[in-house]
Amino acid sequence: MALELHPLEQFKVEPLIPIHIGGLDVSYTNAALFMTIAVVLITALLVLGTKRGALVPGRWQSVAEMSYEFVTDMVDTNAGHGAEPYFPFVFTLFMFVLFANFLGLIPYSFTVTSQIIVTFALAAVVFIGVTIIGFIKHGAHFLRLFVPEGVPWVLLLLLVPIEILSYFIRPFTLAIRLFANMLAGHTMLAIFGGFAASVGLLAILPVGLDVAILALEVLVAALQAYVFAILTCLYLHDALHLH
Amino acid sequence: MDLASAKMIGAGLACIALVGAGVGIGNVFSSLISAVARNPAAQAQVQPFAFLGFALAEATGLFGLAIAFLILFVF
Repeated sequence: MALELHPLEQFKVEPLIPIHIGGLDVSYTNAALFMTIAVVLITALLVLGTKRGALVPGRWQSVAEMSYEFVTDMVDTNAGHGAEPYFPFVFTLFMFVLFANFLGLIPYSFTVTSQIIVTFALAAVVFIGVTIIGFIKHGAHFLRLFVPEGVPWVLLLLLVPIEILSYFIRPFTLAIRLFANMLAGHTMLAIFGGFAASVGLLAILPVGLDVAILALEVLVAALQAYVFAILTCLYLHDALHLH
Repeated sequence: MDLASAKMIGAGLACIALVGAGVGIGNVFSSLISAVARNPAAQAQVQPFAFLGFALAEATGLFGLAIAFLILFVF
């Protein structure tokens, strides 16, 4: 009995509308489709949800307001004062990752955040943006970030390279955390689903396990969006207030 | 040893990293339970940290899993 498992096929990026401009492949892929769907859903939730603008919010307005409050609370608590201009960025990041993760849980859909290039693009924007913000605000003094206070100079020789390394590894850990969580979750779902297809009546066991893993994946989807956003806020805090 | 077998063994070894994830997550939630048991009123304050800690501990284990996938499917 050969188990024909292809758990990684669900991550294949397929061009839906092939578009080639001067040698560059800018096709509209299934990844692009789901990113578009995420953006449309977020915009619909926020624009249509708050259209009535009632003082006592209805259901959708409540959801829109709660998501706004959640992120603004997170930015205030973790990025400190002076971070208000960056709230729209963190809000966009949080909502996009949240919706992209949740859309991936729908069967036969495509998980945009399970592509390392997508998560790396988001993490690179955060890293480069935060570094530039730090340099604009503090100038060359920003490099004080790598030199903790009150440390004897002998230890500094060891500590500063480690601090620099851990600073530059941030975009990678940010990207890989989200990517690996999404990849692992969906691969597990596909593998157990594959088992269910080949064991006949005993299929209730892998399917039951799949249901449990799906519940875990819902939690992980929300949690990873929250972690991505809160780490962005913490890095912003570091850049704005230098520890 | 041919490359395919070495890849399988390498991927299996890389998954040992998930032990760390298990221990870490257990630690985080054990601390959460102890903290809430000592001071139930603090639950709302401590819980966000517990979830953040869970996600970061899980992430470290998943870095190992990412290496396993890298070994299996990229090299």
